[in-house]
Amino acid sequence: MILLDKAKNNTVVSADNLTKQYNSLTAVNNISFQIKRGERFGFLGPNGAGKTTTIKMLYGMSPLTAGTLEVIGLDVLTQVREIKKRIGVVPQETNLDTELSVIDNLLVYANYFGIPRNIARKRAEELLDFIHLEKRADTMVDALSGGMKRRLLLARALINNPELLILDEPTTGLDPQARHLIWDRLISLREQGVTVVITTHYMDEASTLCDLLVIMDEGKIIAEGSPAELIARYISQEALEIRVIPDQIQKAIDILSPKSESYEAQDETLLFFAPSADKLLKIAEEAKLKIEYMLVRRATLEDVFLKLTGRRLRD
Amino acid sequence: MNILIEAARTISPIGVYRMWQRNWTIFRKIFWLATAPTFFEPFIYLLSLGIGLGLFVRKIEGMSYIQFLAPGLLASTVMFGSSFETTYDSFVRMKYERTYDAVLATPLSIEDVIGGEVLWGATRGYLNALVFLIVVAIFGLVKSPAIVLLIPLLFIFSLLFAIIGMTFTALVSNISLFNYYFTLFITPLFLFSGIFFPIEALPPWAHTLAWFTPLYHIVIVCRNLVLGRLNESVLVSTVWVIVVSVVIFLVPIALMKRRLIK
Repeated sequence: MILLDKAKNNTVVSADNLTKQYNSLTAVNNISFQIKRGERFGFLGPNGAGKTTTIKMLYGMSPLTAGTLEVIGLDVLTQVREIKKRIGVVPQETNLDTELSVIDNLLVYANYFGIPRNIARKRAEELLDFIHLEKRADTMVDALSGGMKRRLLLARALINNPELLILDEPTTGLDPQARHLIWDRLISLREQGVTVVITTHYMDEASTLCDLLVIMDEGKIIAEGSPAELIARYISQEALEIRVIPDQIQKAIDILSPKSESYEAQDETLLFFAPSADKLLKIAEEAKLKIEYMLVRRATLEDVFLKLTGRRLRD
Repeated sequence: MNILIEAARTISPIGVYRMWQRNWTIFRKIFWLATAPTFFEPFIYLLSLGIGLGLFVRKIEGMSYIQFLAPGLLASTVMFGSSFETTYDSFVRMKYERTYDAVLATPLSIEDVIGGEVLWGATRGYLNALVFLIVVAIFGLVKSPAIVLLIPLLFIFSLLFAIIGMTFTALVSNISLFNYYFTLFITPLFLFSGIFFPIEALPPWAHTLAWFTPLYHIVIVCRNLVLGRLNESVLVSTVWVIVVSVVIFLVPIALMKRRLIK
């Protein structure tokens, strides 16, 4: 019994057979997952995969059609107010109070949680330091850059010291400097033990930030694991990207694919995955293939993603 | 019906108050900027229509035209103030600023958010009405201490129009549609609720129809209390407004919930 309680305590989100139906569209189709305390958990998937719907269900913005969902040990159907007290949400679209200054945005938000004024002010100042906006406390939100607004959204989501932080595409549309600052802040939150849930369609973001991720497509979870596990399981550690003259494409496939764990043809370019891409290259050279372009690189999450979700555009 | 019962169960007074506080915090910063024009408006109306037009109008029920007109305009101020706030302003917060989404990620529920918005709309209309009342008093048109009864009642009147405005907002998809609300609902009420001429001048069926509209009752209460007439119609009209407000209070909340939580 004690063991069971402990295991439960260690689970921050527990979703069983979660389904969301909008009229005729099944946005989330019978998915189950568990998120452990202190974990950084990612939802990866093309547009329309059901990522945003899934995380909206976590805080009651989207009622479940079927299944059960517990967040920090509480049922979303009956205890959503208590859940929302203890989590933080960074939305996909900026929704700051544009008529207020940076610090007032945090103070007004703190009031929704009933945080006393003096504690809220202290916490707001700490958070402005944390996101490097301390010199902008009195700036109106309208005057901030896109990256600054995102950082402020992050600070706002942390005003109540949440146990669970939910971020919906936290760096979409940001320049590299701004993205890296957000990533850096999220890494430091992990050190403080905050559980983080992220949706993204940036593979580098998912590889950098997530301990564990699920890849979603058409409302279903199609793969689950750490970034390294997924690469090892679905492709291989290294990739050889190669382009040969058109009439040698079939020859290249015939020679290289038996030596690879997995391969893919993207128009003219061929992709072969193997533990060592150098060995593949040597085989290609020995077979006297006329190589127009080649690249030996590590296999990435993007390779896994494209392999699993295909190359069809999702509009 | 179920959604109404659920709304009644989920709304929390402290949550409503916190949403109201959010709007008040923002408004406070521009209080004088926003309030100054509401001082000029009654002057303009009372000078042009009350005194200017009044020169050509014979006495109504034994009183000067400006005396007849001023309490009616006071009633309309309540309507305009809360209607603008809960239509255009609330719609902008909902759709363009996405304020509701931001607040819904906190412990506040959708019921609290909409309840707070309605209460805030009522507050705006009420503040405008208080300013108007002061100007009416400056013109020497307040005839009785019975006016103190009107001070709390104006808030209830404003609340009714805030509820109606928010109901419309919950139903429209596009900000341009508010033109219909103002042209086909608010303007006819403004012109045919007994503000500019006694409603008895209209055919009986129009008089009966007016009884079923909100501004008609608010005009009756304002005019009688400004003149110090504590009669039965004040009571009937006040009860009318309160009953209707209570009955429809949860409607915009339920509609907004259906619209936003899906």
